[in-house]
Amino acid sequence: MAPIVSIKNLTKTYENGFQALKGVDLDIEEGEILALLGPNGAGKTTLISIICGLVNPTGGKVLVADHDVVKDFRKTREMIGLVPQELTTDMFETVWNTVGFSRGVHGKKPNPALIEGILKDLSLWSKKDNMLRELSGGMKRRVLIAKALAHEPKILFLDEPTAGVDVNLRREMWQVVEKLRANGVTIILTTHYIEEAEEIADRVGVINGGKLLLLEEKTALMQKLGRKQLRLELSEPLKALPENLALYNLTLSDEGTALIHEYQGEEGQGSIASLLAALAAEDIHFRDLSTRQSSLEDIFVALVGEKAGEKA
Amino acid sequence: MNFEAIKSIYFFEMARMRRTLLQSVISPVITTSLYFIVFGTAIGSRIDTIEGVSYGSFITPGLIMLTLLTQCIANGSIGIYFPKFTGTIYEILSAPVAMTEILIGYVGAAASKGLIIGLIILATASFFVDISIAHPFMMIVFLVLTAVTFSLFGFIIGIWAKNFEQLNIVPMLVVPPLTFLGGSFYSIDMLPPFWQAVSHFNPVLYLVSGFRWSFYEIADVNPLISLGMIGLFLAICLSILGWIFKTGYRLRN
Repeated sequence: MAPIVSIKNLTKTYENGFQALKGVDLDIEEGEILALLGPNGAGKTTLISIICGLVNPTGGKVLVADHDVVKDFRKTREMIGLVPQELTTDMFETVWNTVGFSRGVHGKKPNPALIEGILKDLSLWSKKDNMLRELSGGMKRRVLIAKALAHEPKILFLDEPTAGVDVNLRREMWQVVEKLRANGVTIILTTHYIEEAEEIADRVGVINGGKLLLLEEKTALMQKLGRKQLRLELSEPLKALPENLALYNLTLSDEGTALIHEYQGEEGQGSIASLLAALAAEDIHFRDLSTRQSSLEDIFVALVGEKAGEKA
Repeated sequence: MNFEAIKSIYFFEMARMRRTLLQSVISPVITTSLYFIVFGTAIGSRIDTIEGVSYGSFITPGLIMLTLLTQCIANGSIGIYFPKFTGTIYEILSAPVAMTEILIGYVGAAASKGLIIGLIILATASFFVDISIAHPFMMIVFLVLTAVTFSLFGFIIGIWAKNFEQLNIVPMLVVPPLTFLGGSFYSIDMLPPFWQAVSHFNPVLYLVSGFRWSFYEIADVNPLISLGMIGLFLAICLSILGWIFKTGYRLRN
């Protein structure tokens, strides 16, 4: 199936000479949740802004459902909903009016029942007649999401959706995201909260310095780059590692009371069984065992740090 | 054409007028009434007629123009500047609307507000002085063309302005002197020849003169020239906007 968003060699240089994007290629599949990770100033927002039509690209091409975002902007923008990073609201408008306006400006006829549903899903219904300036930050964030959904988009961009958002709202937001995904909506979110990407994304892209450094299925990425660690708490401390165990990647720690075995992804499956057998043969007993998998955060820090190191 | 979007922008803007009724309608009416009381009644009663028209009646078209220009520029500029300032403009720029549709929505609303206020002031004036309209159709043409042109001009200022000071410079510092020196309160025949010549560089002279002609058939310049000049201003505003939309100036960069 053709990707719903196809980005080819996209570049953007701002008037002040800052090169925000240095040739990005990216295909986004219909119905997936893609998380774009990257530090501040990496180019995430610029990338989204170009797809949504907020910023003109300097070079390259973006197709949304085979339509060019510059030439065929009516078709592409109709399909896209955007929740911006900043809490920008029309202070003196009511929730109901501003969400209705969003639908109208996207060329859709009024549909009060639909708007009511969206506001209820986002726990905004009781606030529908409040002016936006009376709302808390979290409530404003909900309004921005409601506005982005008001025209029933096929693709939803969430730019740093959970910055400054409390746990409850975050949970509610992910429920909304799950519901949208179930309806076939493609979701692209940028974040620097990596656990967020880990929790809900199907694929993860890492952007830094205007380039897409990596794009992988989340699980494949975790397997490929994630390090695993098996830790054995020994019953009796060991002074040194027996020679027979040398072929395993082992280290002795905590003054000989713990054995640590490091392995990568799938390769551990066979080795652990044989390691345990070898330990039994050596008459080494353990009272507890735990495994730990490095998180996406470790992977991300390693990757971005590595690239930064390369430059220096 | 995305009519639904134009409609949404238009009514969203018109709703702002309802919300700020005191500031946008009542205040210009009070200001204009003060002009009539001071110039029309107190001072005007000691001034002879100008070309056969009483002074109070003579200044009415100029006063309407003064308010119309100020209001249209103010409404046209704030309409687009405010979303730029608060950041909500992201929504309009990422919506499936062409810049011309955004323009029609905002400028349409600004011009409508200007027209409504202009007509209210005309009604107010009729309480103070005798008004006769010789060419009602042309009166409306002058009114609508001026409202649209200066709402467009306001829109340009709104896109150009980077802060509230820049936003207010034109309506506060440029429009009043041009209006006062553009023959709103006098016929330029009353000026020495040098200043008469200078006045012809003032665009407001053409608006006031043409508009006054539609009331009393007296004019400082030929009404056709007035009409032509308004057409010229309209064309200038439209070409500046054409360039802005083509380059994304201060909107998509």
